[in-house]
Amino acid sequence: MARYGMAIDTKLCVGCMDCVVACKTENNVPEGYNRDWITEEAFGKFPNINLEIRSERCNHCENAPCVSSCPTGASHYHDIGGVVLVEYNECIGCKACIASCPYDARFIHPDGYADKCTFCIHRVEEGKDPACVSVCPTNCMIFGDLDDPNSEISKQLNSRKHHSLKPVAGTNPKIFYLT
Amino acid sequence: MELSRRRFLQISSATVTGLAAVTSLSSITKGAKKIEEKTGKPAKGIQKIPTYCDLCFWKCSAVAYLKDGELWKIEGHTNDPLSNGRLCPRGTGGVGAHYDKDRLKTPLIRKSERGEEKWVSVTWTEALDYIADKMEKIKIEYGPESMALFSHGVGGTFLKHMIKAFGSPNETAPSFAQCRGPRETGFELTFGDIVGSPERTDIENTKCMVLIGSHLGENMHNTQVQEFAKANKKGATFIVVDPRFSTAASKAKYYLPIKPGTDIALLLAWMNVIVNENLYDKDYVEKYGFGFEQFAYEIKDYTPEWAYPRTGIDPKVIRETAYEMAKHKPATIVHPGRRTTWYGDDSQRSRAIALLNALLGSWGRKGGFFMPTKLSIPSYPYPEYPKPERGRVDNPDERFPFAKGELLANGIREATITGNPYPVKGWIIYATNLLQAIPNQEETIKAIQNLDLMVVVDVVPSEIAGWADVVLPESVYLERYDELNISPFKEGFVSIRQPVVDEPSHQKPNWWIAKELGKRLGLKKYFPWNDIEDYLDTRLKSVGLSLERLKKEGVVKAPKQPIYFEDGVQPNFWTPSGKIEFYSLQLKEKGFDPVPKFTEPESPPPGYFRLLMGRAPVHTFAKTQSNPILKDMMEENSVWINNDIAMRYGLKSGDYIKLKNTDGVVSNKVKVKATERIRPDSVYMVHGFGQRSKMLKSTYLKGASDAQLTTKYKLDPLMGGTAMNVNFVTFEREA
Amino acid sequence: MHEITTTRNNHLIDPSLEIWGWEIPVYLFLGGMVAGMMIITGYFLFKQRQTEETCSCRYVPWVSLVLLSLGMFALFLDLEHKLFTWRLYTTFQVTSPMSWGAWILIIVYPAILVTILITPPKWLVEKFPVVKKYSEWLNERKIWIKNIGVANMILGAMLGMYTGILLSSLGARPLWNTSILWLLFLVSGLSGAAAFVHMVAKNVYERELLAKADNGFLTFELFVIALMIIGLLTSTQVHQEAAMLILTGPYAATFWVFVVGIGIIIPLIIQLMAVNHKVNHTPWAPIMVIVGGLILRFVIVEAGQVSSWF
Repeated sequence: MARYGMAIDTKLCVGCMDCVVACKTENNVPEGYNRDWITEEAFGKFPNINLEIRSERCNHCENAPCVSSCPTGASHYHDIGGVVLVEYNECIGCKACIASCPYDARFIHPDGYADKCTFCIHRVEEGKDPACVSVCPTNCMIFGDLDDPNSEISKQLNSRKHHSLKPVAGTNPKIFYLT
Repeated sequence: MELSRRRFLQISSATVTGLAAVTSLSSITKGAKKIEEKTGKPAKGIQKIPTYCDLCFWKCSAVAYLKDGELWKIEGHTNDPLSNGRLCPRGTGGVGAHYDKDRLKTPLIRKSERGEEKWVSVTWTEALDYIADKMEKIKIEYGPESMALFSHGVGGTFLKHMIKAFGSPNETAPSFAQCRGPRETGFELTFGDIVGSPERTDIENTKCMVLIGSHLGENMHNTQVQEFAKANKKGATFIVVDPRFSTAASKAKYYLPIKPGTDIALLLAWMNVIVNENLYDKDYVEKYGFGFEQFAYEIKDYTPEWAYPRTGIDPKVIRETAYEMAKHKPATIVHPGRRTTWYGDDSQRSRAIALLNALLGSWGRKGGFFMPTKLSIPSYPYPEYPKPERGRVDNPDERFPFAKGELLANGIREATITGNPYPVKGWIIYATNLLQAIPNQEETIKAIQNLDLMVVVDVVPSEIAGWADVVLPESVYLERYDELNISPFKEGFVSIRQPVVDEPSHQKPNWWIAKELGKRLGLKKYFPWNDIEDYLDTRLKSVGLSLERLKKEGVVKAPKQPIYFEDGVQPNFWTPSGKIEFYSLQLKEKGFDPVPKFTEPESPPPGYFRLLMGRAPVHTFAKTQSNPILKDMMEENSVWINNDIAMRYGLKSGDYIKLKNTDGVVSNKVKVKATERIRPDSVYMVHGFGQRSKMLKSTYLKGASDAQLTTKYKLDPLMGGTAMNVNFVTFEREA
Repeated sequence: MHEITTTRNNHLIDPSLEIWGWEIPVYLFLGGMVAGMMIITGYFLFKQRQTEETCSCRYVPWVSLVLLSLGMFALFLDLEHKLFTWRLYTTFQVTSPMSWGAWILIIVYPAILVTILITPPKWLVEKFPVVKKYSEWLNERKIWIKNIGVANMILGAMLGMYTGILLSSLGARPLWNTSILWLLFLVSGLSGAAAFVHMVAKNVYERELLAKADNGFLTFELFVIALMIIGLLTSTQVHQEAAMLILTGPYAATFWVFVVGIGIIIPLIIQLMAVNHKVNHTPWAPIMVIVGGLILRFVIVEAGQVSSWF
C-alpha cells in the first residue's frame, strides 16, 4: 500500500505560481478559486531577512479533520495512497469540512460541492506526477510514496531537514517542506 | 569599427545533415480538429499539437492539448532546449490568451478625437484599404521613411519586412533603448559582441553568480530560472545586489542592500580588489585583454573603503564577495541583467559588469558566458529591399555615437514631435503598449498628435490602441503560424509556431495582415509566397527539413556543438583591437570615459522615495494583465514600502494609497505592502498595471502604473537609452 | 518582524472564513430554543402537569415544532449542494457531529409529535378522529407519559449539546475549539426557552417557576461564559487571540453590550426584582434574553470563523 506525500524544497522554490496555474488548467479550477497557492514567510529586519517560500495545498492529512467532520462520507481517504478526496455526488455542501481544515485548503466550488487538491489522482493513476509537480520550473517538488524507502521523497526526507505546516493541529499532514 | 548587430554572436552554425532522428510526440494530428473529418461529429478525446509560446520573448516550445476539440492546457515540449518540458507560469496560463473576453474582435476605425476610444467596426478590406491609402499619401508627401514601425516580438517579422519593402529604415522596438540596449552596448564595447537573447549565461554550470538588480524567479526567463535552481541545488554561491530583498536574495549567501544608483562604485571596488590582490585570471587577461595596465591604473583608488560611503556596503562584505567571485573563476557569472535602463550611466555600468567578467575570465567559459550555437536556416529568398533615401530618423547627427544596431524607440518619438531630422507621419505599432513601455506618456501622446496615420495591431485593446486611427485584431499565438524560431542557444534548434485552435472571431494572423497590406501598397514582389505554410516550407526545405516534419515534431535539434573556449570555440572579439578592451579607445575618442567612472546619483527630495519597478512571475510587461488565468493569479500590483516608513506615514499592508511624483503626476490607487524587504529610501512596484484602456475592461485601473509616474528619464549618453529609475514619489491617502 | 503573505484568495475563505452567514447562527439558536423547550416540556410531563388545562406542555411543543422546522429550513438554505441533502440519511458518520445532528433531528420530530399527541387540541381531534384514539390510549398509561417526558428532556439535552459540539468539533477555529461550548449553548438554549415559556405562560405557577429557573440559567450562563473565556485565555496563543476577538476585538462591543449586558445581566436584574415582587413581570426581560441568545450565536459563529491558527 502506497502512502502518497509531497516534499517541497523551499530552498529552490521561487514562488512563481506555475504550480497554481498548472493546477488551474489541468483541473479546470474556476476563476476566483485556487486549489494551491504560494505563501511567503519572512522573518527579520532589513537587510537581515530570512524568507521561506512555499507552494501550499491540501496536506492530505492522515488524521484529516475534514474526513471526520463530513456527515455523509463524501470526504474520504482514497484507496490509493491515502489521498484525501471528495466524492462530489455525496457532498451536501454543509461546509463543516471547510471549517474544520486548519489549512483553509478547501472551498465551495461554484457548483456547490466542497473542492480541493486531489494530488491529481487522475494523473497519478496513469503513473504521472501531479500537474503542479510536473510543471515546476525549479523542480522543487517531489511527489511519491512515503512508505517506499527507495522513493525520492523518502530519501529527501531522510537526509534533509524539513517541517510540515501547523503540526500542533495534530492532523499528520503529508506535505513536507525541505529547508 | 562598425558596431553592428549583424555581428550578433559568433555563431557556430550547424547544418541539419545527419540530424539524429527525433522521437516524435505520440498521437499528433495535423492541427486542431473540432469536427472529425470522417464522421462529421465533434472531435472526441485528446489532441496534442506542438507550438512555441508567445507569452514572452523567450519562445519556449510547448505542446497544446485539446480535449474534445476545445483548447484545454499547454505544457512544455520535452525536446525543447529552452523549456526542457516545463513552461513558466505565463506559458502555462497561455490558454487564457485565447479565452480572454476583452480580445479585439474586428478591425476598428476611430470615429472621434484620438484617445477617446470611440470606434466603428469595419471589415478587413475597409481597414486595410484605409491604411494603404494613408501610407501612400505619406509616401508621396513626405517619403516612405516617414512611416515608422514599432514592433515587439517574433510576430512582427512580416510587418518589419513590409515596412522595409515600403522603403523605410525606421523600424524599432522598446526592447532596445528602453530595455536591453545599455547592456548590449556595454558588452559590445568590451567583448565586441552582445549578450543577446536568450542570454548566453551558463547559469547551470556556474559556481558563483552575482545578480545586480536582476530578480530571477520574479522575472521568469524560463531557462534561466530553471538553471538558477539547478545551480542552487549544486551549491553555487549567489551574491545579490538589490535595494529590495528579492526572491533571488532569499537564495543568496550574500545580500548587498545597495543604495540605488551606486552600482558602478561597487563594481569598481570589486575590480579594485580583484586587480590589487592579483585575483584575476592572468592568463586570460594577458591573452585576450587590451589596455589592462591603463585600466588597472584607472581603478587603483577605488577601494572598498572608497565605495563604502557611496554604496552603503560594508568594505568587508565587498572584499569577501570579491574573493568569492575570484575563488570560483572562471565559473563565475556577473549577470548582465536584462532591463538595464536605470540611472543614465547604464552602458558604462554594463561595461563595468563586462569588465568584471573579463577579469574573472568568464566570457566564453563553462559556468560563465557560453558561445551560442544556432541551427542555420537561410532566410527566404526575397528581392533586395529598396534603399531608403534618408537614413534612420532616431539619432540625428549621431548624437548617441554608440546607438548602433537597433533604433531608439524614444528617438523616433522625438523626431515625430520635432520633425527633425525629417517628419515622421505614420506609426504602425505591433504588439507593444508604448504608453507603458516608453517613459513620459505625455511625450508619446504629443508625438501621436503629429501623426497622419496611427495603426495598432494587437490581440487585446491595449492603452496605446486607444490612441490609434485603426486597430487591427490579431490572432493569438495559439491560432496562427509565425516565423520559425531559431534562437541561438546552447544547442542549435528550430521550432515552429502553428495554429492549435481557430480564431474565435474575425482576428487575422500578422503574416496575412502584412501580405494584404503589401499587396495594396504595390509590394507584391516582396510577398511571393502564397501563404505562410508555403513560406515556412520553403525555408525549411532549404535545409532538408519540411513543414510537415516540424508540424509533427515541433522542435528539431541540431547536433551539439562546442560552446566554450576550452572545448575549441575560437575566441574572437570584434572590437577595434580584436581583444577584450579593458581600456576603450573608441570611447575616449568620442569623449567618454575609457574606463567607467562613478557619478553620484541624485538623492530623493525630503518626503519622497525612489520609484523602482520590476516583474512578477505571472505577467509579461503590460500585455498579460487581462488574460483570465493570469489575472486570477495577480489582478493588481502593490507598492512595497519599508515598514518603518509605512509606520511613519500610518500605512499598513492592504491600505490603498495614491503615489505622486515630483512632477505632480498622481497614480491610480494602489495597495500598500508594508515590508522589511526594501530599503527605506525606495518603493517598488511590479510593472504593467494601472492600465487605462476602457476597452480592456478586466484590467481597467487595477493597481497603479509605474510608467505613468515615470515622467522623468535620463538619456544614456552613449546609446540614447531611457533610464527610468530616476523618479521620486510620495504618498497620498486615498480619499 | 514576521511577515506572511499568501496568494490564496478563495471566495468565502480569504482573508478569513465567511462560509456561514445568518443561516447557521439562526439554526443553532432555534435548535437551542427547541432543546430548552423540550427539556421544560419534558420536566412538566415528568411532573404529570399535562392534566392542567393551562400547562405550557400543551402548546410549547407546537412552538418547538415550528421553530425546529424553521431552524432546519435555515440549515437547508445554508447547504450549497442542496440536491444531495438526502445523502445525510444514507449513512451515519460516527465522527461527524453534523451526522449526529441530522439523526438527532430525525428522532426529535417524532418525540415532539408524540408529545403533542398527549394533549391534542380540539381541532386536530375533530379533523382526525384517530388522534383521539391514540391520545386516549396514551393517557391511560401514566408511566408512558413520564417516559415521554424523560425522552423529551434527554433528546432536548442532546439537541442543545449538539448545537455547541457542532462548532467545537471544528478544531481549526480556536474560538470554537473549547470543550465547554456545548454547555454554553445548552444553558443558553435553556435560558431562552425558559424566558419564552415564562413570557407566554398562562399558568401563574409555571410563570413564577420559569422566571426563577431562568434566573438560575442566566447566572449559570454567566459562569459558563467566564469559564470559557478563562479556558481560552489560559490556552495557547491562538486561543488567547481568539478570546480577544470577543473581549476587546471587533466583536467585543456586540458581545459585551448585547450578549452579556442586554442578553443576561439586565434581564437577570429585572427578573430577580420580579420574582421578589419588586416589579411586575414584564415581557421585556424575556425578549432581551431571547435576543441575547440569538446574538450570542451570531457572535460565536462569526468571530469563530475569523479566529484561526496563525
